[in-house]
Amino acid sequence: MAELDTSGGGKHKGGKVRTKKKNTRVDLTAMVDLAFLLITFFILTTTLSKPKAMELVMPDKSDTTKQLPVPETRTMTLLLGSNHKLEWFVGEPGKTKPAVIGYSDLRKTLVEQDKLIKDSHSGQGMIVIVSPSDKSVYSDMVTVMDELNITNIDQRAIVKILPVDIDLLKRDNLY
Amino acid sequence: MPRVKVARKSTAIDMTAMCDVAFLLLTFFILSAKPKSQDPVKAEIPAATSISTIPETDFATILIGSGKVFFGVEGDDVRKKTLSLMAEKYKLTFTADEANAFSGLQSFGVPINQLHQLLAMSSKDRASLVQPGIPVDTTATNELFDWVHSARLANKFLHDKDLKIGIKGDSQEEYPTVDKVISTLQKQRVDRFNLITSLKTAK
Repeated sequence: MAELDTSGGGKHKGGKVRTKKKNTRVDLTAMVDLAFLLITFFILTTTLSKPKAMELVMPDKSDTTKQLPVPETRTMTLLLGSNHKLEWFVGEPGKTKPAVIGYSDLRKTLVEQDKLIKDSHSGQGMIVIVSPSDKSVYSDMVTVMDELNITNIDQRAIVKILPVDIDLLKRDNLY
Repeated sequence: MPRVKVARKSTAIDMTAMCDVAFLLLTFFILSAKPKSQDPVKAEIPAATSISTIPETDFATILIGSGKVFFGVEGDDVRKKTLSLMAEKYKLTFTADEANAFSGLQSFGVPINQLHQLLAMSSKDRASLVQPGIPVDTTATNELFDWVHSARLANKFLHDKDLKIGIKGDSQEEYPTVDKVISTLQKQRVDRFNLITSLKTAK
């Protein structure tokens, strides 16, 4: 930016020859330009959304003294299959009719089943067993754990999938 | 009749204040910027609604991507100690230079017998190298088990705090790899760990 000189020139008429006063002002335009350029760079490179952590607690395998019997009527088993689909049933495997749902319907199902079980078991909550099959992906497991967190079902465990369950998944083309 | 003269005003603006603000912001952003750690494998982390943050210290990350497992622990001192514990266990020796190179490694994924070659590389070569991943299986004596164990010992020894462990997995990673890592952790009675997720945005 050009600075207009409006100081009126340096004509000295007659009188003493004065040393011309120099302007002490520095042109900061370039400096500001540079500073803003760098700011833009740093703003764009800083990661704004930091990754978050979800705590996962696995059952302690070594402690076998504190195992409580699990009433089968209160358990809901989720079998994670391929193609982002899962199969669920309440009770023992093979005895109850499983249903295949997508992850978007999971929350609704969890809430419904939790309510049904609470009603029929005088307020005792549902126990959820999550069995990810070898064909499921990591994000499926995270989604399920997240839905369980949202629906406040804290009695849950990740359990290794049983051959019976794999057969079920195979039957429904999810393995 | 004299003409009315309009006083000419200078078009120059005083930039001092603007300059001050600009540099203040610049300083802030430079200081708050953290060098972005380059992961050895691309991992797109799954989204969840969890909002707890990841600790900056006393934290180890197990990165899982394309079927491979990588390990990294926070803190240069902890890394050095971990390496010395591992060297002891596997009867290997690392020079001071190698230890220094290791303490600067955010995450690595090579079997321990290839670690010498990895540490000898320049950081540029290392970034372009496709690392084979740390050997992990379902037995109790795999290398990942020893790395995690050494890191926990080192952290306890240096900081007197328990090391927290995070799993950073790629969304599309098949479950068996994740299962191997989890069972390795459970073998040393680490039953609590963090799954690193990004915040899910409302649909």
